[in-house]
Amino acid sequence: MASGYDRALSVFSPDGHVFQVEYAGEAVKRGTCAVGVKGSDIVVLGCEKRSAMKLQDTRITPSKIGLLDTHVCLAFAGLNADARILVDKARLEAQSHRLNLEDPATIEYITKYVAGVQQRYTQSGGVRPFGLSTLIVGFDKGSQVPRLYQTEPSGIYSAWKANAIGRSSKTVREFLERNYKEDMDREATVRLAIKSLLEVVQTGAKNIEIAIMAPGKTIEMLAVEDIEAHVKNIEQEKQEEAAKKKTGRTPGTGSAAILTRTQES
Amino acid sequence: MSKGLWAPRQPPSAWCWNLAWQAGHARAFRLKLQVRVASGQPELPPKQASWTELAKSINNHHPIFPHAFNATMEVLLGITGKDFTLIAASKAAMRGVTILKASDDKTRQLNKHTLMAFNGEAGDTVQFAEYIQANAQLYSMRNDTDLSPSALANFVRGELASSLRSRKPYNVNLLLGGVDPITHKPSLYWLDYLAALAPVPYAAHGYAQYYCLSILDKHHHPDITLVQGMKLLNLCTDELKRRLPIDFKGMIVKAVTKDGIVDMEIDNDKVVKCA
Repeated sequence: MASGYDRALSVFSPDGHVFQVEYAGEAVKRGTCAVGVKGSDIVVLGCEKRSAMKLQDTRITPSKIGLLDTHVCLAFAGLNADARILVDKARLEAQSHRLNLEDPATIEYITKYVAGVQQRYTQSGGVRPFGLSTLIVGFDKGSQVPRLYQTEPSGIYSAWKANAIGRSSKTVREFLERNYKEDMDREATVRLAIKSLLEVVQTGAKNIEIAIMAPGKTIEMLAVEDIEAHVKNIEQEKQEEAAKKKTGRTPGTGSAAILTRTQES
Repeated sequence: MSKGLWAPRQPPSAWCWNLAWQAGHARAFRLKLQVRVASGQPELPPKQASWTELAKSINNHHPIFPHAFNATMEVLLGITGKDFTLIAASKAAMRGVTILKASDDKTRQLNKHTLMAFNGEAGDTVQFAEYIQANAQLYSMRNDTDLSPSALANFVRGELASSLRSRKPYNVNLLLGGVDPITHKPSLYWLDYLAALAPVPYAAHGYAQYYCLSILDKHHHPDITLVQGMKLLNLCTDELKRRLPIDFKGMIVKAVTKDGIVDMEIDNDKVVKCA
């Protein structure tokens, strides 16, 4: 790979690649997983929390889910330090939009701005791209329509019904493709987000964070107990399904074994 | 406090050329200029020699109106009590001797428990207040906590002080009332366009000072309840209706408590006769 074309940001390789941007994509793949799922009247962000070390103060360790404005929420995968800068720029723009236009920015506007900043860092000298993919969710002012957008290090942005970014995002995305249904209610949406994360998070509820956005409301972080309840429920269901598959019928409905036993006694 | 948002009034000079300017406000400043030109302001001179010349060309065409008269006739009142701060502002928006509007709200909420009332030169007031409001909200978003009323008052004073020493200062007088989110202590700050700041138990701006401060001196006590506070405020507005030579179209009254900011009912239709 060391052909010289990955030295400077603003140099194409002969086959049209900008290597630095692709390396930024690799940094995203190493970041912890984040998912976004749209329901009929809410939108949910979920992410994998890296387990804290023994002496770490978890109260003041920043989250991977953050508010950009009261009605817009962002989750990222990639370099935490880069995210701080990007989130700060987006917050400034959100307030600037309110000051100048007297209205909160739309989710699409903020997404475009974030993607725009990321693009700028792929085309100017002396900088490196943001090692970040983001999921941006929320509701426009006075709107009941949930929004979910993704941005990438190259500056591409796209709208989704449900999506995942970061480590093993492909597995999670395929899971979402298999299990996504239209018009899910609040419980079903939260459940799908948690279930999809459980595909790649081993340690369960402790390492999952869930944020819910609803129209006209600000962020609601789901309590750990609620997440735990969902995880327990999902695992129980999984076990039942596995048992069903093994026997080919629901356990406890067969009568043969019981009959034998009564005859013996 | 680092300059987050930049009020797009002045040309970029060395001291204000920071990231905030680059990030958000180059565009905003251009936008404001376009608006000014579009709304009947003179076209920019074809060859722009310097920013100061540009500013002069805009200022020289500003209509002159007696804003000093307006500012002093607009009523701002503030009263603190045991667990609240009351802020009241007159509802008349004036231009010279004409009342343009009888339902003007001269207050802006800075965060959950801080409210700012303002009077002064038309245009400056709202521009400055919303600039402060945006910075207060930006701080809340960035730091996940609100600034305390005292922190905000000192921030506002700093902004007014640097504005005062600029080419065209903001001509704005303010009352800033709030309740500390942690200690629940109410507070009230009096600020004028010369960037004088004073924490006070009760305050007024404009001609209202002459009529109300004596009443407040006599009847105010730091331990009054909200009901008593409203009674005190009614004493003040009655006197204003009795003595002020103009109709200020009643008051908007808001109370800051530990639970947030609430609109208060006040009888604006009450007729007060003068002897």
